[in-house]
Amino acid sequence: MVTMAVQIARGPDGMPLRTKLARVERRRKLRAFTLVLPLLLFILIGFVLPIGRMMFNAVHDDTLLTLMPRTTAALSAWDGADLPDESAYAALAEDLKQAWAQRATGAIAKRINYELPGLGSQVTSSARKASTLSAGPYKPALIEINPLWGRQDVWSLLKRGSSAYTAYYLLRSVDYQYGPNSEIVASPPENAIFWDMFLRTLGISIGVTAATLLLGFPVAYLLATLPAKYSNLLMIMVVLPFWTSLLVRTVAWVVLLQQHGVLNEMLLGLHIISQPAQLIFNRIGTVIAMTHIQLPFTLLPIYSVMKTISRTHVRAARSLGAGPFYAFWKVYFPQTLPGIAAGSLLTFILCLGYYITPAMVGGPNDQMVGSFIAHYTNEELNWGMASALGAILLTATLVLYYVFNKLVGVDRIKMG
Amino acid sequence: MRKTRLMNVGALAVIGLAVTALAPAIPAFAGEQLTVTSFGGPAQDANRKVIFEPFSKASGIKVNEDVFNGEISKIRAMVESKSVSWDVVDLYPGLAGQLCAEGTLEPIDWKKLGLDRANFMEGETTDCGVPEVVTGKVIAYDKDKFPSGPKTVADFFDTKKFPGKRGLQRRPVENLEWALIADGVPLEDVYNILGTPAGVERAFKKLDTIKQDIVWFQTSSQAMQLLADGQVVMAAAYSHRIVDAVKSSGKHFQIMWDTQQLSMGVWVIPTGSPHRDAAYKFLAFAGLPRPQANFANIMPCGPTNKEALALVDSAILPDLPNAPGHMASALMINAEFWAEKSDELTQRFTVWVAK
Repeated sequence: MVTMAVQIARGPDGMPLRTKLARVERRRKLRAFTLVLPLLLFILIGFVLPIGRMMFNAVHDDTLLTLMPRTTAALSAWDGADLPDESAYAALAEDLKQAWAQRATGAIAKRINYELPGLGSQVTSSARKASTLSAGPYKPALIEINPLWGRQDVWSLLKRGSSAYTAYYLLRSVDYQYGPNSEIVASPPENAIFWDMFLRTLGISIGVTAATLLLGFPVAYLLATLPAKYSNLLMIMVVLPFWTSLLVRTVAWVVLLQQHGVLNEMLLGLHIISQPAQLIFNRIGTVIAMTHIQLPFTLLPIYSVMKTISRTHVRAARSLGAGPFYAFWKVYFPQTLPGIAAGSLLTFILCLGYYITPAMVGGPNDQMVGSFIAHYTNEELNWGMASALGAILLTATLVLYYVFNKLVGVDRIKMG
Repeated sequence: MRKTRLMNVGALAVIGLAVTALAPAIPAFAGEQLTVTSFGGPAQDANRKVIFEPFSKASGIKVNEDVFNGEISKIRAMVESKSVSWDVVDLYPGLAGQLCAEGTLEPIDWKKLGLDRANFMEGETTDCGVPEVVTGKVIAYDKDKFPSGPKTVADFFDTKKFPGKRGLQRRPVENLEWALIADGVPLEDVYNILGTPAGVERAFKKLDTIKQDIVWFQTSSQAMQLLADGQVVMAAAYSHRIVDAVKSSGKHFQIMWDTQQLSMGVWVIPTGSPHRDAAYKFLAFAGLPRPQANFANIMPCGPTNKEALALVDSAILPDLPNAPGHMASALMINAEFWAEKSDELTQRFTVWVAK
């Protein structure tokens, strides 16, 4: 028996069938891998690496370390209790001289100004003056040039600069900062804007998701149950705005919602209101425009799931004596949940990253995390803050996704 | 705008290097030529008509054009790699001052130029630029809303007397100055006071009084749209844009010339320009009163050569920012101040707006 089995498992070329199967399998896998390789490389090089590099900026900042090498080295032994001694001041003077010669004072000033607002220009001007210092003692000379060099918080900041890694940007993103002795303290109220902004981003996203769900679900139901003749027409009306650029749709809402826009003129004409309502540059405008843009993203997954639900289920429930609402709620609705979950998740996550729409139809108090990331990246060139906010947003999104997965189960989601 | 351009610089440094590396070597032409780079758009069209083409005709020097967006890193890259392909560049004085200090721009030899520096508008301190044009940021309002509109910047901050939303560009430049002036700071002290922490505090406090009534916009051209749509009753805008909107669309916008804020554009020559002599000839021509007046006739920006004002069409003259009578209460935006303080005030401003 055994010999026979072995004989059967051997191919004509004498190779065991198992080996042959394994070889075929390996080849198949290799081919599949080769086919996805270009996309994989593309995603890795074009997406994962740059984002990872960007996120790295949230904790990595070697500005002071590279531009003030002597000072940061001299401070590594400083205990932080009192002002540092003459050697640190001499190193500082040397660094400032070199920075002035290499036109690098701007970068140093900018970095110091992040943590101690208002000191930037004083750093630049004292570097200009320090470049003329020729001999020590530097300590009284530098403090004479600018009292800023006699400040504990400035020296603590320089000492923190001796490490290329900083928690400053992440702390600042959740409204904390370093105190004068490098202890972590809450940001003063006039600077504490980020915690509110994260909550606002979350609130707007939840609101828009709920609104699209309320508006989209009945339409999806109608689309799924109407005869093809009508549902196709309706479908075109749903997806037509989907194909229009986001910018165009946002601008269209500006025209509709503004003080003397279509909507206000109509309401005034119908004598429903006597004064133009403020519909734009506030939360109302932001939510309306975002809901409109996100509607198809919520609606389409629900629709495609509804398409697959057999009508006979509800009919069976009805014939067994369930009322129309009971049959809908107990039989039909639970089957649409995967679509609702998919649509809501899609809309919610996309909402978290909005910034063009709030910038155009929202007021200063409707700006979401995305606007600040864009502002720090493009205008202030403060990439540390941009990366920290981005990293927090990304982490929050992943955590929410994880929780969602635990609650609903991503495998239950159907996109269509 | 200036801020954005300044900030784009870093991001475009790499592109700038690449462009320079790829720029073809300039072919040896029989005739002389030079390349003038400006911001494109209607201003460059106007320059072509009244300066580039007449200059070519008069001198036989061909003018090639290029367009950029104020990215000084491109100029730096050219000069550092010794492959300068722009001979004359249109620049903001603040940036010109920076580049001048680091030797990237050629200090202007006014003797060689053959022009008298004293003939040009004051307030420009960089030694590397020939003043080209002056623009005025003004407060404009809709005459249909306020037949007797705001007269001073204090009125702009008076929401009782002039109720309604105000449009301001979302940046600290101009707004902090106006806030201080409205709070009673004399024009000549604005930058001294704004240079102190207490002064910054005072400016933001003044802005706080109308914060609820401000509609912020991103680019200066949005002001016209907000005014036209009735979304705001007054807005900060460039005077030449308002004049243009009144002419082309028949809107009843009115300019309040009181406390207008002036900024200049300057022509500069990058160090090591291969056509330095041609560039000087070009600047000598561009600085003459006649071409400057012709430019103002097409685009109502102010000529910088004082003699040019007399040559401007009398119908156009009252629309210019530096027309007689508009200058008494004008503030020259301090380019050096902003080059130094821009970072810290922008940081403060961003947080203030979001609060």
